[in-house]
Amino acid sequence: MSLTETLSKRPQRALRLPRWLTGEAALMLALVLFVGVLSIAPLARLAWAALLPQGQFDASRIADILGGRRVVGATLNTIWISVAATCLATVAGTLAALLTTLTDMRARTLWVFGFVLPLMIPPQVTALAWVQAFSPSSPVLGALGLSLPPGTRHPLYSMGGIIFLLGLYNAPLVFLSVRASLQRLPAALIEAAHSNGAGRGAVIRDIILPLIRGGVFAGAALAFVSSIGNFGIQAMLGIPARVETLITMIYRRLNSYGPSALNDMALLALLLAVLTVIGMTLTAWLGRKGDQRVDSAHRAPRMSLGRWQWPVGLAAWGYLLVGLALPLSALFAAALVRGYGQPLSAETITLENFANALFHHKGIREAFVTSFWITCTTVAVLIPVAVALGYVLTWRRGWVAKLLRLASELAYALPGIIIGVAMILFFLRPLPFIGTGLYGTVWVILAAYFSNFLALALRPVLGGYAQIDRALDEAAQLAGAGIFTRLRTIILPSVAPAATAAGILVFMTAINEIQTSVLLVSSRAQTIGPMIIFLEEAGSSTLAAAVGCLMVLLVLALMGVSLVFGRRLPEGVLPWRD
Amino acid sequence: MSDIRIDAISKSFGPTQVLKDVSLAIEAGEFVAVLGPSGCGKTTLLRCLAGFERLDGGAIAIGGEAVSTPRAHVPPESRGIGVVFQNYALWPHMSVAQNVAYGLKIAGIPRAERTKRVSRVLDLVALGPLANRRPADLSGGQRQRVALARCLAMESRVVLLDEPLANLDVHLRGALEEEFAAFHARSGATMFYITHDQAEALALADRVAVMNAGRILQFDRPQALFSQPASETVAGFIGEGRVLEAEDIRPLGNGRAAASLMGQTVELRCAPGERARGRAKISFHPGDLHLTETQGIAANITRATYRGAYLRAEVMAGPGGHVPLSVNIAAPASLTRGQRITLALRDGWVIPDAAA
Repeated sequence: MSLTETLSKRPQRALRLPRWLTGEAALMLALVLFVGVLSIAPLARLAWAALLPQGQFDASRIADILGGRRVVGATLNTIWISVAATCLATVAGTLAALLTTLTDMRARTLWVFGFVLPLMIPPQVTALAWVQAFSPSSPVLGALGLSLPPGTRHPLYSMGGIIFLLGLYNAPLVFLSVRASLQRLPAALIEAAHSNGAGRGAVIRDIILPLIRGGVFAGAALAFVSSIGNFGIQAMLGIPARVETLITMIYRRLNSYGPSALNDMALLALLLAVLTVIGMTLTAWLGRKGDQRVDSAHRAPRMSLGRWQWPVGLAAWGYLLVGLALPLSALFAAALVRGYGQPLSAETITLENFANALFHHKGIREAFVTSFWITCTTVAVLIPVAVALGYVLTWRRGWVAKLLRLASELAYALPGIIIGVAMILFFLRPLPFIGTGLYGTVWVILAAYFSNFLALALRPVLGGYAQIDRALDEAAQLAGAGIFTRLRTIILPSVAPAATAAGILVFMTAINEIQTSVLLVSSRAQTIGPMIIFLEEAGSSTLAAAVGCLMVLLVLALMGVSLVFGRRLPEGVLPWRD
Repeated sequence: MSDIRIDAISKSFGPTQVLKDVSLAIEAGEFVAVLGPSGCGKTTLLRCLAGFERLDGGAIAIGGEAVSTPRAHVPPESRGIGVVFQNYALWPHMSVAQNVAYGLKIAGIPRAERTKRVSRVLDLVALGPLANRRPADLSGGQRQRVALARCLAMESRVVLLDEPLANLDVHLRGALEEEFAAFHARSGATMFYITHDQAEALALADRVAVMNAGRILQFDRPQALFSQPASETVAGFIGEGRVLEAEDIRPLGNGRAAASLMGQTVELRCAPGERARGRAKISFHPGDLHLTETQGIAANITRATYRGAYLRAEVMAGPGGHVPLSVNIAAPASLTRGQRITLALRDGWVIPDAAA
């Protein structure tokens, strides 16, 4: 028996595609088309509209718009808010990471869950919960007699309030990044310092902090990107407080003037994009040459807190009490009373708001249904795409792979509202061949989700690829399997845990998404994420609170399910698992 | 037929040229080892053969069919080559039998025949009872046999092996070397074996290609590499070879030559065409030196170590006492540091003049 004999036994396929359309070339082509149409083309259209609205570059128009008093004010506000919130998040997140990875603080697992939880709650819900926290119905402050007397200005409707909430919201991002660095820290380095006579303080200052600098600044970069692009908090607090930022300015002008303001808003969106990229580059530069060694073989023993156990524990749990219990209890309390401002008591308690939100309010129900099916579609499409894209990014060289990587990272970094503006511009005009535009339909939102969440799906998948041996794929290739067969029979089973985690993350983020869809929703197509803002703006605070509660419960349920079924998932892909 | 013709291939990664003008002609059914230090380009050579890397220059033909040239490239999945990877690359989500059957399934071989062939192959490598185990439940040696069974099942006429013993215990290696020899005899496939371990290469291969810095230095039978190295580098690399300069080379005919080494006249082997030369590099091994009572090279022992079957002595030799040499002396002997001895060279080889 010989190979030639074997080959002759292979059945010939009846239909043969042209040679260039089989295998990897076809895969590359499909990926380039997907990323090109959904990321590169809309962003290019945005830049075109911003800089060359009538087909020519008009410097005086750009100077007029960007030099306007309100635009300059909003730009400065944006910079100050994101930088201050990033600093706050970095300090809190780093401290939390040091505490939970290096010390023997009690009940760490539970504390980590509570610390990371705010990241999973949609920011507009967080903002709403905090607004409710100071209302008379708040069970915490109300019970302490600390709630605000009617008529006083809400303390969170201010620049400081926005910074505070953004810092709190993004601290988990820094925490996760720093914790990952700490877990890679070789124990021998710490033990060597101890044996040289360094005390605990000296070890942290001289050994640990310098070695995790890369992780701290990587986390800070994420916190910056997330702060500058956080529509939920900036809008819920900034609009009533009249603290205008670039994001709220774009949102309000597009709402007031419609598509006629698009070109100018495209310019502001471009400015926001430039600020984002500058901030990221700056933090990356500050964190350069971070220690990148990988050594998880032996972790350092935890330092004993000793007599500090109680004070530190008290401070840590106090942080959670303020940052989590205070706003969430207020949110639930507000959802359980009939009208805003009523104190929660046996007489006022009602489930009417939940009943309305779940069954009677047609808009909410439709929005939820829409959100649910476009989220499911997004997961169903993006996970296979992410697995295929991860293959190319991990194991293929060449300019196509580089371009795909750059494009997917750019879409990840840019605030969702920029994608929103780009999608409006891109889909405003009637499509060729179809004759009708997609603007105002649910399809634009779906396209925006594809573009916005591709990078989110890609991250855990890339982590999964890093853990499998490339030879597994090469061995299958030698066995004669083409690229699509290999993706199905070899790659997908190997990266399945990471792909599952990616699916959970995308689902949780997309179901409550607000940043892109707030610009894209219309009377014909509503999603649940922006619903809270619309309800709050319309004065239905208690109904908004009920919707917010339902979102929080949904998130908690998903996290719980993922923890139960998540034992087989690779370590580190689910942020809330310690 | 499955002979391999590698014709002047070159390959660069960015500015580093990893393969420089490499040529090898390997006969069908031959067992060839490529021996070289890590980073010498041997793994790249294997990946070019398998089709994972494209060539910058030259050509590769297998069984008379051109598979790699800078312009045309047959993808790995169409080459019908088997590879045993360093970590064996067994698919962890498939059982042993599924691992072996995968390629047959891809080739569209009907289930009944597939099952038959897989069980026959598994019996051949004595893995029949483990057919339903997962790779994670196997020992290192068993994993390797699965990897070999995969090549057997595909009836690959060319099998490439990428340092398959590098990660294993010393005591496993001997048994697995035998396994390779048996596999080779059974399949009759052309084998291309990459290693940095010269004992492995010399023991297994029909011919060995010594590689360094992206070039093939010598491609020859193991005995020839050991006793007739073509260059100083090969001489120094194989079997703890020692290279010294000798003077006044006078061919004696019949492949022998007389020379003067550290003032002593010695008789050496040389290439048939060797001519009289004023100086030449000669090579020999520690076992070629022996103690003599009569005239010889004076030496001073600087260190003596017990190695079981023999004693190894490090000496400073020659009239000036500044030529370091290693000598192996058969076991019942007593040598101490500082002792003065006299050495004679039993055998050596005049390295051919590279310019000639």
